[in-house]
Amino acid sequence: MAETSRVLLPKPTPETRPFWDSAKAGRLVLPFCDDCARFFFYPRPFCPRCFSGRVRWQAASGRGRLHTFVIHHRPPRNLRLPTPCVIGIVELEEGVRLMANIVGVPADPGHLRCEMPLVAEFEDAGDDIALPRFRPVGVP
Amino acid sequence: MSSGYRSLRRRVAIVGVGESDELGKLPHKSALQLHMEATRNALADAGLAKSEIDAVFTSGRNTAADVPEYLGIKPRFVSGTQVGGCSFILHLEHAAAAIHAGLCEVALITHGESGFSRVGMPQQRWGDDSVNNQFEVPFGAAAPAVGYGLVATRHMHEFGTTSEQLAEVAVATRKWAALNPRALMRDPITVDDVLSSPLVCWPFHLLDCCLVTDGGGAVIVTSAERARDLPKKPVYVLGTGECVTHQMVSQMPSFARWEAAVVSGARAFEMAGVKPSDIDVAELYDAFTIVPILALEALGFCKPGEGGSFVSGQRTAPGGAFPMNTNGGGLSYTHTGMYGIFTIIEAVRQLRGECGPRQVPGAKTAICHGTGGIWSAAATAILSTER
Repeated sequence: MAETSRVLLPKPTPETRPFWDSAKAGRLVLPFCDDCARFFFYPRPFCPRCFSGRVRWQAASGRGRLHTFVIHHRPPRNLRLPTPCVIGIVELEEGVRLMANIVGVPADPGHLRCEMPLVAEFEDAGDDIALPRFRPVGVP
Repeated sequence: MSSGYRSLRRRVAIVGVGESDELGKLPHKSALQLHMEATRNALADAGLAKSEIDAVFTSGRNTAADVPEYLGIKPRFVSGTQVGGCSFILHLEHAAAAIHAGLCEVALITHGESGFSRVGMPQQRWGDDSVNNQFEVPFGAAAPAVGYGLVATRHMHEFGTTSEQLAEVAVATRKWAALNPRALMRDPITVDDVLSSPLVCWPFHLLDCCLVTDGGGAVIVTSAERARDLPKKPVYVLGTGECVTHQMVSQMPSFARWEAAVVSGARAFEMAGVKPSDIDVAELYDAFTIVPILALEALGFCKPGEGGSFVSGQRTAPGGAFPMNTNGGGLSYTHTGMYGIFTIIEAVRQLRGECGPRQVPGAKTAICHGTGGIWSAAATAILSTER
């Protein structure tokens, strides 16, 4: 897949901008389908399950579990990630999964396990962007 | 679901295969030149002239028009389906459909990639506002090792698959490579060598990861009728299947089960009218050691979760009960970036009995199977010399 060649940050599109604006304000919001009564991710102006347009943004708990992870020893240098870094798939309480870095825990398989409880926080990454990341519950 | 696809069974045959003149690290050759060399070699193998090609299937370019232009071909059927490394296995199904429908008669499926030297390659980068660059790339997921590793970790969690079992794949595949003079890496390795090689992206060590090379491959397909008049023993396409479930790995439906491969495999076996136990040799795309393990489960060679134990004890090595990746695979023979074409080339050579010291005795039915993107696409083809 693509190699990045410079510092890259998410550039929102109209359908994703509320997610990123909320992240910048320190809040995790998720798209919710009123017809399915379920959350979905990533943001789209319709439900990818039932194709309904009756979707709205709803605040998320920020709580989830580590579904799976890798410990990347060669992260791209232009992303300002520590080496090694932990890249996880987090399953949120709301039933959707997203990718994020896991912090507050040594980047060591002995300290990470699938299903460990996590909580969201946000890392300022530029003037307009804050990236969601997760740390184990109870770790300051 | 329509069952009309079964009418494609045994309608077409692969009549020519070829690699580029060289494989490996080739800073003196462009990607398009690698296409040309592979095509020329496949045509010679088929006993056909370039002027007889009326369809071109290719992938990995900005447009599917540049390869025919470079080759000096004006195809009346062209396809540039691009779903990643298995695209060429999908092309086999698409070519079979087009030939059977009478839209073309002699199809060229061609691959050329300067994956290591990056000579004459199209630009590859997600746009700043792509979904990838919003929801995956900023977290460090640009390299395929991340997405393939996420599945390996979850498979270990759910089924107890071990790093030693992953390493068994690399060790067995290297033994096949030792028997293939065209393989890049031929020195024997042990499970300990794999486990003590540097961590690239845990749970993957360096020797769990495929090579990064330059090379090309091409396959010529025509109708079963036309194939009978050509010099090489025809290798019939018995069954094919394909499926795409996602693009970004974070959207993968399950991280412990390869859903796209379950679908593509079931369809290919149903079309072919054969069972996993009928397969004599398997060429399963091995971008990372975990990939063939999940493929074995998805294709029905073992039960879900049992792929790790299936490959244990060097079962897939030369002399083992299940000959797999007999060219040395992407792990040890070559991996240009889009490896899928090489699964077809090796399967055809095995079925023709052309493989010398690595020949699987009496191989009559083979399976080719590949991944595209990050477990995003799967394509399966079942081939046989039996009509």
